[in-house]
Amino acid sequence: MSFTVSSQSKDCRDKQTDFSRERDNPPPFSLTGKVGEFSVLEFMEFQRALKERLSDGSRVISFFGSPSSQEREVYLNAVVAKEETGALQLIRTRRNRAESYPSLTLEHPELQCFEREIYEQYGIRPSDHPWLKPIRFPGSSGGVETYPFYQLEGKEVHEVGVGPIHAGVIEPGHFRFMCYGEKVHHLEIQLGYQHRDVEKLLLGREPWKLTSWIETISGDSSIAHTWAYCTAWENLCGMQVNWSVRLVRGIALELERIAMHLAGLAGMATDIGFLPGGAVYGRLRTTAINSSMRLCGSRFGRGWLRPGEVRCVVNAEIIDEIHANLKLIENDIQGINDLFTDSKTVQHRLKGTGRISRDQAILMGFVGMAARSTGIPMDLRRLRGSIYRAFPFNTIVEESGDCWARALVRIREIDESLHWLLFALEELKTLPATSLGVPPGANLQEAKRNSFSVALIEGWRGEVVHYLETDSEGRLAHYKVQDPSLRNWFALALAVRNNDISDFPICNKSFDLSYCGHDL
Amino acid sequence: MLKAIKVKFTQGKQYVPDVRTAKPKGFRGVPKLADVPCESSCTACQSACPTAAILLNPVRIDLGKCIFCDECARICPSKKISFTEGYKMASDSREGLIVGENVESIRVKASETIHRIFGRSLKLRSVSAGGCNGCELELNALGNVNFDMGRFGIEFVASPRHADALVLSGPITNNMARSLEMAYEGMPDPKFVIAVGACAISGGLFEESKVVSREFLVRFQPKLYVPGCPPHPLTFVNGILDLLGRP
Repeated sequence: MSFTVSSQSKDCRDKQTDFSRERDNPPPFSLTGKVGEFSVLEFMEFQRALKERLSDGSRVISFFGSPSSQEREVYLNAVVAKEETGALQLIRTRRNRAESYPSLTLEHPELQCFEREIYEQYGIRPSDHPWLKPIRFPGSSGGVETYPFYQLEGKEVHEVGVGPIHAGVIEPGHFRFMCYGEKVHHLEIQLGYQHRDVEKLLLGREPWKLTSWIETISGDSSIAHTWAYCTAWENLCGMQVNWSVRLVRGIALELERIAMHLAGLAGMATDIGFLPGGAVYGRLRTTAINSSMRLCGSRFGRGWLRPGEVRCVVNAEIIDEIHANLKLIENDIQGINDLFTDSKTVQHRLKGTGRISRDQAILMGFVGMAARSTGIPMDLRRLRGSIYRAFPFNTIVEESGDCWARALVRIREIDESLHWLLFALEELKTLPATSLGVPPGANLQEAKRNSFSVALIEGWRGEVVHYLETDSEGRLAHYKVQDPSLRNWFALALAVRNNDISDFPICNKSFDLSYCGHDL
Repeated sequence: MLKAIKVKFTQGKQYVPDVRTAKPKGFRGVPKLADVPCESSCTACQSACPTAAILLNPVRIDLGKCIFCDECARICPSKKISFTEGYKMASDSREGLIVGENVESIRVKASETIHRIFGRSLKLRSVSAGGCNGCELELNALGNVNFDMGRFGIEFVASPRHADALVLSGPITNNMARSLEMAYEGMPDPKFVIAVGACAISGGLFEESKVVSREFLVRFQPKLYVPGCPPHPLTFVNGILDLLGRP
């Protein structure tokens, strides 16, 4: 598999022509089609097709089950993307429930979490899966206590269990460290405590009214998830939102990214006892989320995005206020960045700590910030057709793959987002506020029948994937949600190997993964 | 050293001087019901509400369910419902969260006992049981330099053993139900529960989920309900100060 940096990541093209094309073309990182229009492959064929795609520079975005019209039969769907262009493809095979198949994980380790999920949801067993452990215990209570942990045996080894409830104010999950002395030999991460059955709750409702649930899939990524949902649903209804709406969604997403990157930096600084970092990054985050609140009423962007529209108050006064806030962040963050990155204690604690390699990231399919910190320029925002390319914008990559790299990626991405936002706000000033609502005549309550739509958004953690499928009546037949955390939790497990157990908190915070986004 | 001084200089004073009177600009908070009649047999707000938070005849909003999404206000043909920037909406009783035209009904009555025991120092243990990280981030924000709840002697602690109150967020998933109980059992008496956010108070958006279990709250009724999705840090700190009988 190959990755190259987009040579166009810095370009700033003629906006006029760009916008007119924007209106005509759907974003490249979404795919909509008729369910019946592509053939369901035999399993062997599916396996071959998948292998072919993966060897020609594509990667698997998602692999999941979905119900078929036959009760005992389940479709297995793989969404693959061309890394260069972001062009998506859906390939599908079918299996009977309670039937096994040769695990694909052996050849494509990045599928490990997907195969486990399919097994848990549909009972289709990937035989010879090296790691076939529960994902989230969807059944009745008590199951969560039966997790089959690995055990480390030997004279000088011991195990440390942490959680589900942690010392701080964070979500629950269990970590089992297998150590020799102070060194972590292996960390096993057991999740599922946050399982709320989100995907099931999304079905059986009016599918254009799901936003409130989507916003709480992972509360710190409300905008990313909601944007993916809105795009997928709009595509199913055959509607394209205008440039203004997309611009405001971009503004919302970048404010979310800045806020959460600042929260991550504040947390990392606090975890290593670097108090100025906690204080300054923390209060800058307040400015960022208060900017979201000024625009939409919620510090987390709740109620901001809806299918077909964005709901916020935009006028010159508010735009100037947001502009001033961003300028304040831009100005004040320089000092703390300097202090933080120059500090010997910070360098000592972060450099070389919790390292994952580029090869591991590719092999295990890590995404987003975690992948970019190992030298992989994976960022959907750089793809052609993305609104981000209307203004100067760089994909940030760090090479060292350690906590230090993940801190630097945050610091540099905040700069990029601020820069982009300042352009975007200028642009927003010139657009009529009336264009933000659902355009007259748009029908968002009637979706194409027997169709599917998959949409990807680059949230602050990484790519958020939403897959929607309608039945013959146009009702929602299947909804699959994928938070980047599903794939990236394994990165944390790899990162802490051979590290001191006392470095676990900083490793954990450096990834800052979502528990409920994983547990759904 | 110069860098540190520079940071100190730009940082200045960041704390909210008075958490009682601060104004969160743009915040969609306490709803206001105008004194206008509804259109006859109109149920638009009720059917638009994702959490069934609205009662009709007369119109009342259950803030324990409300997620402040603004759907009701947008759809109401007679413009009866609007949301204000008000954030003081914590209540000491579940019923107190149901507000009509007279929002004065939301209040927290200071408890004499709680004031005597915890008035000068209250330690909190947070347990997220299905919280989406929205409430958790806002609870964390209470400790940042802006809200600085520690100035009142109110802090989150790492162990249930050191805690006086359990701050619950999330609808209580089946998979967390037992751990939640164990955390509460591990706290020394006297102790109480604070429910934070629509999920914890009523189940919120996840009330219909088959994998949440609300028994804990039946047995241990919260002393304080803090509405929101997620609640603003000011909602939380004001509610607690009121409960403690602090100025």
